[in-house]
Amino acid sequence: MSISVLSPGLLTTIQDFGRNGYQKYGVIVSGAMDTYAMRLSNIMIGNEENESVLEITLLGPTLKLEKGTLFSITGGDLSPTINGKNIPRGKPVYLNKDCILKFGSCKTGCRSYFAVAGGFDVPNVMESKSTYLRAEFGGFNGRALQKNDILSIGVKSSKSAKIIKKLEDIKEKSDFIVSSWYMRNFMRQNPENTIIRVFEDRQFHNVSEESINKFFSSKFNVDTRSDRMGYRLAGEKIEFKEKLEMISEEVSVGTIQIPPDGNPIILLADRQTAGGYPKIAHVASVDIQKIVQLKPNDKITFKKITLKEAERLYFQREKDILKLKKSINIITI
Amino acid sequence: MEKSKFKTEISQISETSALIEFGKEISEDINKKVRTFCAYLDEHPFYGMVEYVPAFASVSAVYNPLKMNSESPYEVVKSILEDMLSKLDFSSVDEEHIVEIPVCYGGEFGPDIEHVAEINNITVDEVIKIHSEGKYLVYMIGFSPGFPYIGGMSEKIAAPRRESPRIVIPAGSVGIAGMQTGVYPIETPGGWQLIGRTPTKMFNLDGNPQSLLKSGDIAKFYPISYEEYLELEEEK
Repeated sequence: MSISVLSPGLLTTIQDFGRNGYQKYGVIVSGAMDTYAMRLSNIMIGNEENESVLEITLLGPTLKLEKGTLFSITGGDLSPTINGKNIPRGKPVYLNKDCILKFGSCKTGCRSYFAVAGGFDVPNVMESKSTYLRAEFGGFNGRALQKNDILSIGVKSSKSAKIIKKLEDIKEKSDFIVSSWYMRNFMRQNPENTIIRVFEDRQFHNVSEESINKFFSSKFNVDTRSDRMGYRLAGEKIEFKEKLEMISEEVSVGTIQIPPDGNPIILLADRQTAGGYPKIAHVASVDIQKIVQLKPNDKITFKKITLKEAERLYFQREKDILKLKKSINIITI
Repeated sequence: MEKSKFKTEISQISETSALIEFGKEISEDINKKVRTFCAYLDEHPFYGMVEYVPAFASVSAVYNPLKMNSESPYEVVKSILEDMLSKLDFSSVDEEHIVEIPVCYGGEFGPDIEHVAEINNITVDEVIKIHSEGKYLVYMIGFSPGFPYIGGMSEKIAAPRRESPRIVIPAGSVGIAGMQTGVYPIETPGGWQLIGRTPTKMFNLDGNPQSLLKSGDIAKFYPISYEEYLELEEEK
């Protein structure tokens, strides 16, 4: 089975959990920006949670899907329709006929995830199917999707086959069948003020007291130059007690670094492997999914928590995901 | 032997990673410890380790907290790391591994070489001579695939970064930034002063390993003519 790209959208790429283990060669991790939405989209259709998906940014593609395709959409709401009819996010959809999936205007969030049962049949490059745009490898020919691309779909799991069986039992006469059950993954987010929880990073105590106060009390604006590498923020400039002599060291998803102009950058999926700017705080893993759904000019406020608390939230999220996996297993019995 | 005053420090830096710091400066001795430790991790990855990321003077160990079977996964990782560090022999001597890299200096490949000569009050030929005589230790690979952070360049050819970075720097470009020199493996934007270009691939997806250089290698540059450049380029 395959998917034909009728129009590619603004930036549509194949992503998974990313490329781990090659940063020592300067190869960045890449991967889905919103790994939580990616995992859910896979889990609900019977894929492994790290199966490759399409990451769709702001302006979605138009895709021709074949009869017998099982897919799901999670993440931001880019108004998906099948043959002109609205379809929900967070529910598996099964096609009785060949159909056109079209994304429309961006209502909430800015990144949507499209998972298809069986995943995308593209080669693993360094153990990942993620697209590394700058180095032009991974994903579909190392690039974003283009018009007329044909994406092969992999072999469906037995779990996917069971979900299809359940949906066929509904005996819907229309072009497609939507499950009655759903997975909630959409947080209510206020674009005027999203609260982002952070813990102290290595140079936190080098920040001037005044800047610390401003960092936690003022709003920051998401800059238009934000991308998969990092979100640039504009607002109060962060200053240090004294000039720091830094040597390049690790950075990771959620590192908040301060370049010489004083405007914070939150590093994300396509971050470089090491960085030489001071790191003042680190976004809690569970709040990354909030950041990556923000659009330019959305506003955020930082809230300080401890690393211990971030760790507790991390465990809670993983417990929730485990519960979802179990509930899918029950549905497919 | 003089012992470093800095004691190796381990700290938690996120829900999923620990940082092992061997020092706070760029030095060959500290970097050697980083490499010894990484070589050990290559041979003996601990249970639940996702990867490690080396830098000049530190290594971050990324782990899956769910696999530590503890409410305090970092504490488990920390004790594993401490145990490793106590057993490691940091006194072993590396075998010198020299990698020679051909460079076509100046011309269209090195548009900034005259500027580098000018600000150092030397001739272009002297820049080439000094640059290609150096033996450079590869401290780490980072920034982009196969990009070496190398040290040991002569200050006689040092030059500050360009005030406005170039939007596109072609793959293979050899540049200078302050006291550093390096090669851009893939086309990226960048602010380094460009003095030449190498036809050698710094990163090859089909290679094993993919990166031409690894930390601990000694990089040496040697000048080639434009014709030799084209010949080598064709052989690729």
